[in-house]
Amino acid sequence: MQPFRKHSGVVVPLDKVNVDTDQIIPKQFLKRIERTGFGEFLFYDWRFSGNGEKVADFVLHAPRYAKASILVAGKNFGCGSSREHAVWALADYGFRAVIASSFADIFSNNSLKNGFLTVRLSDEQVAEITRRAEEIDGYELTVDLEALRVEDGRGFSASFAMDEFSRHCLLNGLDDIGLTLQHDAGIVAYEAKHPVGAEMKAILAR
Amino acid sequence: MPPRTLFEKVWDAHVVTAPEGQSTILYIDLHLVHEVTSPQAFDGLRAAGRVVRQPLRTVATVDHNIPTTPRGLPITDPIAAKQIEALQKNCREFGVPLFDMDSADQGIVHIIGPELGITLPGMTIVCGDSHTSTHGACGSLAFGIGTSEVEHVLATQCLPQKKPKTMQINVSGKLADGVTAKDLALGIIGRIGTDGATGHVIEYSGDVVRGLSMEGRMTLCNMSIEAGARAGMIAPDDTTFAYSRGRRFAPKGKDWDDTVAYWRTLASDAGAKFDRVIEIDAATLAPFVTWGTNPGMVVAVTARVPELKSFAQEADRRAAEQALAYMGLNPGTPVEEIAVDRVFIGSCTNSRIEDLRAAARVAKGQHVNPKVRAMVVPGSQAIKRAAEEEGLHRIFLDAGFEWRESGCSMCLGMNPDILQPGERCASTSNRNFEGRQGRGGRTHLVSPMMAAAAAIAGHFTDIRNWRFN
Repeated sequence: MQPFRKHSGVVVPLDKVNVDTDQIIPKQFLKRIERTGFGEFLFYDWRFSGNGEKVADFVLHAPRYAKASILVAGKNFGCGSSREHAVWALADYGFRAVIASSFADIFSNNSLKNGFLTVRLSDEQVAEITRRAEEIDGYELTVDLEALRVEDGRGFSASFAMDEFSRHCLLNGLDDIGLTLQHDAGIVAYEAKHPVGAEMKAILAR
Repeated sequence: MPPRTLFEKVWDAHVVTAPEGQSTILYIDLHLVHEVTSPQAFDGLRAAGRVVRQPLRTVATVDHNIPTTPRGLPITDPIAAKQIEALQKNCREFGVPLFDMDSADQGIVHIIGPELGITLPGMTIVCGDSHTSTHGACGSLAFGIGTSEVEHVLATQCLPQKKPKTMQINVSGKLADGVTAKDLALGIIGRIGTDGATGHVIEYSGDVVRGLSMEGRMTLCNMSIEAGARAGMIAPDDTTFAYSRGRRFAPKGKDWDDTVAYWRTLASDAGAKFDRVIEIDAATLAPFVTWGTNPGMVVAVTARVPELKSFAQEADRRAAEQALAYMGLNPGTPVEEIAVDRVFIGSCTNSRIEDLRAAARVAKGQHVNPKVRAMVVPGSQAIKRAAEEEGLHRIFLDAGFEWRESGCSMCLGMNPDILQPGERCASTSNRNFEGRQGRGGRTHLVSPMMAAAAAIAGHFTDIRNWRFN
C-alpha cells in the first residue's frame, strides 16, 4: 500500500451532504474485474449527461479545480454500498484525501486500505474550507498525517484525530494482511478450538 | 463478569487476540462472496502467492449482475458474463463452494445464507456487500466489508477491527395491520437519519421485535446500514431456533441441542449497558413512503411531500431541494397522489416468502394498472419454488405482474432490470439514491404490500384501507 505522510494540493468543494458511493461510482462501472481505471467514471452521472456530454457546471469540470487532489464535502460522505471501487475511483482520478465532518464506516475502512486519507473536521471548519476553496483561486491545503494537522498557509489551521494504529499503518504503508498473519499461531489455536461443523464439510460434496 | 450485551458476547467469543495499541484480531466464522466485489481480492491472493485459508468457511454465489430472465439464456452483457466467469474460475482454483447460476440453491447472498442454515446464531459473518447486516436477524454479528478486506478474510479468516459502539433500539407496543418490519425500518431511519447509527452496532429489542417473524427480522436488520450502522442484531430466541432447525447446513441431533443451549446464553444480560438507547413506540408508525434520495427522507403514506421550510438545517434544506428536483416532486403534494410507472418487488430487503405472500394477498383477483409495469423477483430459487408450490406465481401472473428468476435485479440495476430516465418506481428495496435503479430513475421505498397496492392503483395508496379479495 502507498504510504500517506503529508500532501499539499488544490481543494475542490463538493458542497453536498450524504454523498453516497452510488454517486461516487455508479453501478454500471462495477463489472470491471481490475482495481484500476475507475477514475474516468468518478461521479459519472453528475459529470456527464445521459448522452455522455460533460455537465459544464459540475464543480470538477471548472478549470480552476482541474488539478485538485483534495475533496471537501458535507457530512456522511461515502454512505451506502460497501463498494471499494468508490475509493479506487477517487484515488485513480487523482485525489489523495477527502475532508468532511463525518464518513460512513465502510468507506473509512476502505480508504485506510488504499493509502487514501479521510480527514474529519467540524461542520464549521468544513464550511470555512469550502468557502475559501470557492473564493480563492488555486486554493491549496496541506494535510499532514504525522502532525495530524490541516493548514492552508493563509491562517486556516485545524487538527484532526485518527486512531494511533490506523495512523501508523498509513504512515508506513503497511500490508495489514501481513500484520494479521503475524498472529498466525493465535489463529491456529482459535481454529483448533472452533472446527468447521460436520454439516459444512458436506458443502463441497453437493 | 459485568453484564454484557448480545454484541459483546459474540464479539468476545471471536477475539483471536487483542494486542496492546493495535486493532483486535476478530475471527470470521463465515465469509460470503459474490461476483462483483471479489475478483480483485482473488487477484490479490494470486499476486501474493496466498491461498484461501478456510474454503469451508467461504461460500459464494452469483446474484448482483445475473439476468432474471429464464435460466439457460446466454448473458447478453459481455462484461457481466466475464465477471461471473471470473468468480467461477476463482472458486474452482481456490476450492471455494459456489452456488452457481444453474444451482437449485442460487439466490441473493443474504437470502441463501439463512435459508440453507449456513448463517446461524452467534456467528461472525462478513461479505463484500453492505447489506450483510441482514444476517444479524439470526443473532450473528454480520457486517459489510470492502474488497481489500475480502482479500484479508480470504487469506487469514480474520479481520483487524476496532470495537464499535452499541445502540439499543427498543420497540414497544404493537404494529398495526398493514404496518410491517419495512415500515419499522423506514420509521427508525426517518427518525435517526442515515448517519444516526454510524460507528454503532444496533441491537433491536422489545415486544414488537420479539413478535416479528424471521423474515421480518431480516428486513429490519437489512436496513441497519441505511441508518449508518456497522451491523444490526436481534437476540436469538425460539423463533430463531424454529427457523434454523433442520436447515441443510445447520447442526443436527445432539449437536443441535448443545448449540441451542449455547445460543440461549447470547441474549443481552439484564443491566447490560449500551452507548445509546432509542425508544420507539409502534403506535407512531404507519405505512411509509420515501419521497427523496436517501432512505431517511420518508413520510407516512397519508402525509404530504414536506415543505422546504420544515428543515431546520440549511444543509438539509438544500439536500431536500435537490432531492425534490431529482424526484420531480413539489412540496405539499399528497403522497397518495403520486403516480408510479414501475413496481419492483424483490431485493435482499423484501423478497422472502413472507414478503411474496403479503404482496400476493394484495394482488389476488386484481389487475396491475395499465400504465404500470410491475415485476416480482424472488430472492432465491428455493423461494421461487416455494411460491410456485403455493400458487403465488399464478396470483401475480394473473394480475399482470412479471414473475422472474432470482437475483438482486432492479434493487441496484446491475443487470438488465433498470428504470428509464424519469420513470417512477415503488420499490421494496433498500436505497432510493439518485440513479440507483437506473440513471434518472425515481425510487420510492415501500413495503411489499404497499408496492403491490401501488401497482394496482397506479399510485401510492394506504394499505390500511385496502379491500382484500
